[in-house]
Amino acid sequence: MTAISVFLASKGIYLLTFILLSLGVAGMIVCNNYLKKLICMNIMQVAVIFFFLCLGQKSGGTIPVALDGALKASEYINPLPHGLMLTAIVVSLGTTGVGLSLLLRIREKYGSVEEDDIIRRERKV
Amino acid sequence: MANIPVLIVILPLAAALLCLVLTAIHERLGLWAVGLASLASFVLSVMQLITVAREGTIHYCIGGYAVPYGIEFVIDSVNACVLVMISLIGFLTVIFAKNFGERIGRMQRGAGYAVLSLLITGLLGMTSTGDVFNLYVFLEITSLSAYCLIALGGSKGVVSAFRYMLVGTIAATFYLLGIGVLYAATGTLNMGDMSDILDKGGYDHVMLVSMCLLIVGFGIKMALFPFHGWQPSAYTHAEPGTRPLITGVMGKIPALAMFRFIFCVFGTDLIYVRFLLVMLGVFSVCGMLYGSIMAMGQSDLRKVLAYSSVAQIAYISLGFAIGTPTALAGSFIHMLAHAFMKGGLFFCTGAISYKFGTYSLDDLGRIYKKMPLTCGLLVVAALSMIGIPPTAGFFSKWYLALGAAGAHYWVYLAVLVISSLLNAVYFFKLIEKVFIQPSKDLDERWSAGEFELPVSIVLPVVVCFAAILAIGIFNVRIFDFLMMTLEGVGL
Repeated sequence: MTAISVFLASKGIYLLTFILLSLGVAGMIVCNNYLKKLICMNIMQVAVIFFFLCLGQKSGGTIPVALDGALKASEYINPLPHGLMLTAIVVSLGTTGVGLSLLLRIREKYGSVEEDDIIRRERKV
Repeated sequence: MANIPVLIVILPLAAALLCLVLTAIHERLGLWAVGLASLASFVLSVMQLITVAREGTIHYCIGGYAVPYGIEFVIDSVNACVLVMISLIGFLTVIFAKNFGERIGRMQRGAGYAVLSLLITGLLGMTSTGDVFNLYVFLEITSLSAYCLIALGGSKGVVSAFRYMLVGTIAATFYLLGIGVLYAATGTLNMGDMSDILDKGGYDHVMLVSMCLLIVGFGIKMALFPFHGWQPSAYTHAEPGTRPLITGVMGKIPALAMFRFIFCVFGTDLIYVRFLLVMLGVFSVCGMLYGSIMAMGQSDLRKVLAYSSVAQIAYISLGFAIGTPTALAGSFIHMLAHAFMKGGLFFCTGAISYKFGTYSLDDLGRIYKKMPLTCGLLVVAALSMIGIPPTAGFFSKWYLALGAAGAHYWVYLAVLVISSLLNAVYFFKLIEKVFIQPSKDLDERWSAGEFELPVSIVLPVVVCFAAILAIGIFNVRIFDFLMMTLEGVGL
């Protein structure tokens, strides 16, 4: 194997999550529509969840449930990052819920979720 | 009584969960539950403060799980003071908030109290915890309830809450990435354990990466200068009843968490620590000047105070940037003092808008005749912001200046003085409006009763007034108490 494929095999997944994270952040900056911003925010959160799950992964490990014959810690993947990310997923669900309900109120009060329209309406008031 | 550390956090959480059910039974019950829970938290945190003063740092393992595996609450002398501050301002805000929002329905008000109680829970939890992931959960509880409370403040409030939510989520994500990097390197989530492993050496690059992520994350949450964009509009348009807690306390707790990471987890042996502290110092210096200059140009009282917060939070991070124990103690005294000053000033603006329905600086002409108590607090808090003895603001700046001079950071010292003078410009403008400018005819919305305002507004005003003077007068005792912890952590 060449050096590049060794690098990609060991670190490539982190590169991909980094690209996903950057896409999310860039989308939040670039998009004009608030709903799209919210979607990009979710993409960014998913990237971090992937990052943690990669930490828990191990080749040759099995799911962290007591199995016959598998006694050593090296035979199981690390369950802690999964536990942590379960919490993080709940948090991101809560954030998305709050964000969507705020968007509903914005739509009610300003009649649009486009940033330009909202800024124009805010100036008028 | 061994369970005090966790009871302080659990009581407001339980009240938040019960609040809606109780409100459905009777309108006042939910409010009573939240008020009593925050009062109980305050009493317990005072008892805890006394225990810490007598017996030193408290370590509390939740559920009895041993330290690296379970969640640990660590209460040292710094935490103990901050917990008292949060629960006191939380309690005052709950009784203050009941005067606002009469237009909305009963269940919505009940939900508002529940969210306020959750905000208090989140802040108390962030302060107490010694576990990095637990800190993330409490950070998100704080932020989510803050988004809701800001959104309750009308149509502009909703938009500023949404913008804050986008930026705040980026902050939380960066924090999560930062602790992810640390967890990957050390395999532990407990702060004390992590600090021990990092001390063994060889983790310098990991620490540099995670520290940059954490500084950005906490910087956004505390509205440090280049990351402060969400703050002025969010503070201005937040729900008026809960604004004192949001403006006075919410920005300080991420600063405390940042201190925990820089000085307690990473320690000062890190080779990049000077670089990180200089970066923090540059942010702080820019923030102190920018916030003060922007505050001078505003005509809305809320905006003046919001921009002044950008400057004041930078004083706290300036103390971290200097890094000597004296400067750190100055930071924490400023944290306590500024919570009561800014909280108090927003109690005042809330009181003025309750009575006259205005926030404009030009409407404040000779208002001292109509509202003597409120203007008393306004003046004391303004003088404290400028830094006139014997108010709390003078002593916090004094310790910061002592720290800066002791470490030969003359630039920081100069900026501290310049920023105080700029504060004087806009606060004297405020005092001039209150005492000298001819008065305007304003409609009084509330005129019954023996005081100028209902007791539930007068009480927070009086307590903040007393607290600003008390922190100033007892500053040496507070300094000595904080030094119990800080002696060993500074540079």
